[in-house]
Amino acid sequence: MAKKFELNEVEVWDGNYAASQALRQAQVDVVAAYPITPSTPIVENYGAYEANGYVDGEFVMVESEHAAMSGCIGAAAAGGRVATATSSQGFALMVETLYQASGMRLPIVLTVVNRALASPLNVRGDHSDMYLGRDAGWIHLDAYNSQEAYDLTLCAFKIGENLDVRLPVMVHQDGFTTSHKAQNVRPLQDEDAYKFVGDYKPVDDMLDFTRPVTHGAQTEEDWHFEHKAKQHKALMDSRAVIDEVFKEFKDLTGREYKRVESYMMDDAEVAMVLLGSSVETAVLAAKELREKEGIKVGIISPRVFRPFPFDLVRDELDRENLKAVVCMDKSAPGGAMGALFNEVAGALTSTKVRPMVTNYIYGLGGRDFSIEEAQRIMREQKAHADAGYITTPIQQFSGVRGPKLGFFETRRGK
Amino acid sequence: MSKGVLATEKRGIRELGAEEKVGWDAVPRGVVLESFEKRVENVAHIPPEERPYSDFNSYTATVASWRVIKPVYNRDICIDCQNCWVWCPDTSIISRDKQMLGIDYDHCKGCGVCVEVCPTNPKSLLMFAEAVDNEEALAQWPQKKKKEKK
Repeated sequence: MAKKFELNEVEVWDGNYAASQALRQAQVDVVAAYPITPSTPIVENYGAYEANGYVDGEFVMVESEHAAMSGCIGAAAAGGRVATATSSQGFALMVETLYQASGMRLPIVLTVVNRALASPLNVRGDHSDMYLGRDAGWIHLDAYNSQEAYDLTLCAFKIGENLDVRLPVMVHQDGFTTSHKAQNVRPLQDEDAYKFVGDYKPVDDMLDFTRPVTHGAQTEEDWHFEHKAKQHKALMDSRAVIDEVFKEFKDLTGREYKRVESYMMDDAEVAMVLLGSSVETAVLAAKELREKEGIKVGIISPRVFRPFPFDLVRDELDRENLKAVVCMDKSAPGGAMGALFNEVAGALTSTKVRPMVTNYIYGLGGRDFSIEEAQRIMREQKAHADAGYITTPIQQFSGVRGPKLGFFETRRGK
Repeated sequence: MSKGVLATEKRGIRELGAEEKVGWDAVPRGVVLESFEKRVENVAHIPPEERPYSDFNSYTATVASWRVIKPVYNRDICIDCQNCWVWCPDTSIISRDKQMLGIDYDHCKGCGVCVEVCPTNPKSLLMFAEAVDNEEALAQWPQKKKKEKK
């Protein structure tokens, strides 16, 4: 029996430590992991809990991230609660197995500390790895700070393991900005956290020798499509379960999460859409801009990046007063508009109002995103709103040195 | 082709791929396929012909049509060494109590490994064209080879 970990009402934890404590409190059966900056401390701390008697489950050291997720898949198919952590290059190496985990409907929890992808090699935070995994069939939750990294990791188990969902869940947090920044965190006591997560309910477990099953079957053109359709429907339908788990978590802790977080949107004339720790920067910038310059800025953020909250994004942006929306993508777009731009613009094709939408690529490789820069971009949106058309290229770069970079001009109302 | 030894009313009853094509709402979650129609105890100790195999198990499917050449078994020469049983990659050699009984032609793909590993002289298993009748094949069996003088 695992020892109880003495916790104060308020602890000072960085995002990595917060995530590792949530994994410990969920009493994971198997963690198979390979270390990589900046997520190393998650599994390092977890290994220490295991060695010191705070964890009953197994910790498996493997030779790569591909092996780490493969070990997690095997253990989950066997019938255990399973989790691991990774970042960047390790995440990239895991990608093949991420698709296996979701297709096999195994509710593995992966804590991802977001970091840029090489080349050039870079250990700092951006969302390249998050974007790389966005079509892998996982549920993606996004934390902006340590408290949320802790809270959402607990929620991740309860969402993924729900019998109507049975899908793997990633909990993202920003490399260094969140993972290495110590903040006040209010944890649950061990027994309360475990009670919230609940006992693991095995489904189709291979250790049930009275009901032998095949996991990981092959299907060709006559069956594959039906299986992927069923999987997609489960992911879309998980929205209701996510809402329910967030509600239960609020009832327990008073801390409220929504699939789309919105700030000051009621009377907003311009809006900024973004993910991760930058949301907090943007909220501060918007408040100050409202006070000092009277520009009505609102912020929205898809807390749940997958299943993409098409419904709620549309609800938030379908407002008569809203004139301009800027979507901030913290990942190199690879020859396209940023993913957040495409998702949000897609949601806006079926709304009554049709605000102007622009795209910024920002923060690559850990480039700082300041309040001043956020405000510059917000003022630019206000200029679009006042002019009645997009006065800049549709896609621009924020915070990069050199001649101004921009792509595509508007064809509306100029 | 006759079904051969220990064929049951379930073995190889359908061509692989001839299953009823159900929709996305009826496929099993996560492509998890049940081997048996009901719960089983100590199934490893139950002979295959008595197990309650489900339609998802390859036991109930036949792949005989994949084969163009087949092994034919000659009981008169076999010494029951079990080499073919050990080496067959598709568990298509049927043996009970260490006595070789014959070939599961529903699942044998005609790879010829059993013939290759058979140690008798002449061999107790030989490959013939799929169209050749087994009785006809046995009638053509070669004689024992004499040792060559050194």
